[in-house]
Amino acid sequence: MIFLWIIAGAALVVSLAVDRRKTRLAVIKGSKMLTAVAPLMLGVLAAVSLALAAVSPEMLKQVLAGGGPLPFLMALIIGSIALIPGYVAYPLAGILRQNGASVGVLAAFITTLMMVGVLTLPLEARFFGWRVAWIRNALAFVGALVVALCMTLVLT
Amino acid sequence: MTSNRKGTLRVVGGVWPWLLLATVAALYGLARVKGGFAYGLAAGKNLVDFLLEMASILPPVFLLVGLFDVWIPREVVERYAGRRSGLKAMPWMILLAMLQAGPIYAAFPFAVSLWRKGCSPRNVFIYLGAFSALKIPMLTFEVTFLGWKFSLARTAVSIPVFVILAILMERLLPAQYEPPRREDPSAR
Repeated sequence: MIFLWIIAGAALVVSLAVDRRKTRLAVIKGSKMLTAVAPLMLGVLAAVSLALAAVSPEMLKQVLAGGGPLPFLMALIIGSIALIPGYVAYPLAGILRQNGASVGVLAAFITTLMMVGVLTLPLEARFFGWRVAWIRNALAFVGALVVALCMTLVLT
Repeated sequence: MTSNRKGTLRVVGGVWPWLLLATVAALYGLARVKGGFAYGLAAGKNLVDFLLEMASILPPVFLLVGLFDVWIPREVVERYAGRRSGLKAMPWMILLAMLQAGPIYAAFPFAVSLWRKGCSPRNVFIYLGAFSALKIPMLTFEVTFLGWKFSLARTAVSIPVFVILAILMERLLPAQYEPPRREDPSAR
């Protein structure tokens, strides 16, 4: 994250040194894009906050840490809907594993979490259009399923 | 009648984010005042975490997107990552995505501006795929909590999967498809 600020800062300084007017234009463009999507982003994040608050780690442990196909299915569904930052998701996955969640379940949870975003669909559609957003998420869901199944075969 | 309904839809579309924010704020406030209302506290805490993440990632991302837009000519993107660029762009798109940080929605602005500048859809979706599956900051977390075996297996399986998905994406979209221009200030 600090890395990102350094790169952006350095790019800004170089740009300023070369051409002030172009830099001004770039900053205006960037900030206009940001303010145009910010309300939608805030709304989506508020919705995610409400949804996440309803699910406790205890509940996830109960649902995901068993045998059979049901935890696997639930992992796919929960992972697809939720938006959980990596620094929360991985410690959580570690706890799930200690509680007996299988490799397949963990892989299904992690990959859908990263690749599929049902709650962020409106945001994705704002950038790419609804059609692209739907197709990408549908394909990503199938892809995550393939990854999870392959990992079950490789690691167990 | 229809235009009236469209107007209503637009108003609803503009209001719901604020309604949701107000709901979270109200629940959190209620929890603070009354106490013993864990749901409100949790929702409020989640939102604050998300807002901090947003504030720490989006300003540099959009600054870089603005600079990219102004400085990089369309021909350059077209030549190196366009439809006729072949396979050599692929490793570069993946490498570029691996160096990023943050949630997937932070990748959308740059992906869209790449697309508009003539980057092929395949390369755009390879970028998004690598962003969601292979970010280095995320991999370090993964290795710490799930072990390098898990991480290695997931990486090895994920790369061919998201490359194939990107190729499929490009085939499924009309050849002339362009992302909508709603958030682009120059379109107004």
